[in-house]
Amino acid sequence: MLKIADKEFQSRLFTGTGKFSSSDLMEEALLASGSELVTVALRRVDMNNTQDDILTHLKHAHIHLLPNTSGVRNAKEAVFAAQLAREALETNWLKLEIHPDPKYLMPDPIETLKATEELAKLGFVILPYIHADPVLCKRLENAGASAVMPLGSPIGSNKGLKTIDFLEIIIEQSNVPVVVDAGIGSPSDAALAMEIGADAVLVNTAIAVAGDPVAMAAAFKLAVQAGRMAFEARLGNKGNFAAATSPLTAFLDEF
Amino acid sequence: MSFRAQFELHDWNEVKQSIYSKTSADVETALHVSKRTLEDFKALISPAASRYLEPMARLSRELTQKRFGKTIQMYIPLYLSNECTNICTYCGFSLDNKVRRRTLNADEILKEVEVIKSLGYEHVLLVTGEANQTVHVDYFKKALDLIRPHFAQVSMEVQPLNQDEYEQLIPLGLHSVLIYQETYHQEDYRKHHPKGKKSNFNYRLETPDRLGRAGIYKMGLGVLIGLEDWRTDSFFTALHLNYLERTYWQTRYSLSFPRLRPFSGGLEPKVEMTDKELVQLICAYRIMNEEVEISLSTRESEKFRNHCIQLGVTSISAGSKTNPGGYAVEPDSLEQFEISDERSPAQIAEMIRMGGYEPVWKDWDNVFV
Ligand code: SF4
Repeated sequence: MLKIADKEFQSRLFTGTGKFSSSDLMEEALLASGSELVTVALRRVDMNNTQDDILTHLKHAHIHLLPNTSGVRNAKEAVFAAQLAREALETNWLKLEIHPDPKYLMPDPIETLKATEELAKLGFVILPYIHADPVLCKRLENAGASAVMPLGSPIGSNKGLKTIDFLEIIIEQSNVPVVVDAGIGSPSDAALAMEIGADAVLVNTAIAVAGDPVAMAAAFKLAVQAGRMAFEARLGNKGNFAAATSPLTAFLDEF
Repeated sequence: MSFRAQFELHDWNEVKQSIYSKTSADVETALHVSKRTLEDFKALISPAASRYLEPMARLSRELTQKRFGKTIQMYIPLYLSNECTNICTYCGFSLDNKVRRRTLNADEILKEVEVIKSLGYEHVLLVTGEANQTVHVDYFKKALDLIRPHFAQVSMEVQPLNQDEYEQLIPLGLHSVLIYQETYHQEDYRKHHPKGKKSNFNYRLETPDRLGRAGIYKMGLGVLIGLEDWRTDSFFTALHLNYLERTYWQTRYSLSFPRLRPFSGGLEPKVEMTDKELVQLICAYRIMNEEVEISLSTRESEKFRNHCIQLGVTSISAGSKTNPGGYAVEPDSLEQFEISDERSPAQIAEMIRMGGYEPVWKDWDNVFV
């Protein structure tokens, strides 16, 4: 079972709420995905309205909300947004996203680290979205992040795990769960992320813009389960053994 | 959080049982999987793996060359003092051993330094017993001031210190600290350390945490092989290493495997470790961990050392004296233990070259101190 901060999750598939053609379809797809953690962009929610369309469609006992700070450009704005979210949505969980770059939405590592330090002091459970940078991940962990969310490829690109070599290092070194976020375009990408040992994946665009989002959500659910099962069953090594030269241990028999 | 919390989750007998029940299938899995866990490490050090020595050696060599190339680092110990207020059943410097005690003064240190320098060394390992009245942090500070200008890299193998003491020494050029737990078996630890500060098992166990927090560049771990079941002790070392690497991720790590050596009035090893088993252990660590440095001292025989540089070892000492003043001041004083490989550093360097490797005398320079 996956544990982040004090919460346990049966499902290792996290999902998002953006880009669906309707809230009804979104709700149906999220239910088909089995996801228990769903990220919501704060800027899209009407926080003064308890009947907000997105929020009403997310009211299910097993679904926890993960507000994200998408849209903020620096640590200061992120801390402000986080406090608003905590009050409005009554959760101290936060997906910290700071991307000052409007074109590729690349996360800003310096502002993200700063914001994590501040938010940790304010008692937030922080899941920062970042580039697949192993050193940054360790710095965030030290700063108090409860998980790290490195990207697989540019957000919304559906290009899959272009950063796989770095994701592997991050997974190997991390003391907190690693959630691969952004770029996962197909169930096989999600399965691959799970096979290399990611603790969870976050998928939004690939489900929302699929021909049949509900069927695609179900496919992701199975892919994540298959990938996790493969990881636990231990994958074989792809490399070859070095060709035998003269035996290295024969000397041991000569004593 | 310190390692102690993790350590306490593991029961010695259960760990031992689980290592000894590993099968050939577990070993083959450990050799072939893409990522290895501590369970794989158990399989690799288990009796079942003794039949896989050659494939283990090949894999170990391949991984070592991938990370370190064909190089072997050279270091030499400099014993500063044989004063000790502890009783350790296996050590020549033990308080109950009636030998003449000596702590080198500044002049004597410089005399020793001169000889060591003339052998070509740039990396020196300072060694003492534990005599907090005379050999304390102020003594180390003075020693570092004297020694540091002559060497690119200075390491220490002395009594465990407090975090603030390490913090005082690192800026003076202390690069690495070796701190062996001796054994992770608590009861046996007590038996072998009946008197003195060293009898505090937990203080020793938490030393790497204090070093990590102090920001040391490199630390060395290990157990004294011969005190207890080496397989179980090695698992705990691996567990410790694993924890440290994730927690103090900016620090580098090294391992060594001192086997109990004879000394005057000495203790017979409770557990024998054969050369084959030592090769198995070296390869197991390397297969588990591609980055860790592995060093081999002059405790081991010539022949064994000649072959081990191919197998996963990355640093060795040569020409070592294990007595204070041994190089120049008082060559005949009592040694801590007998060395086995008596060849000179130049001969060892030649042996390394003949094996197709490069002896590296200097690979570090701290430009900031
Ligand atoms: S092992 Fe160290 S502490 Fe123990 S008696 Fe020898 S020098 Fe002293």
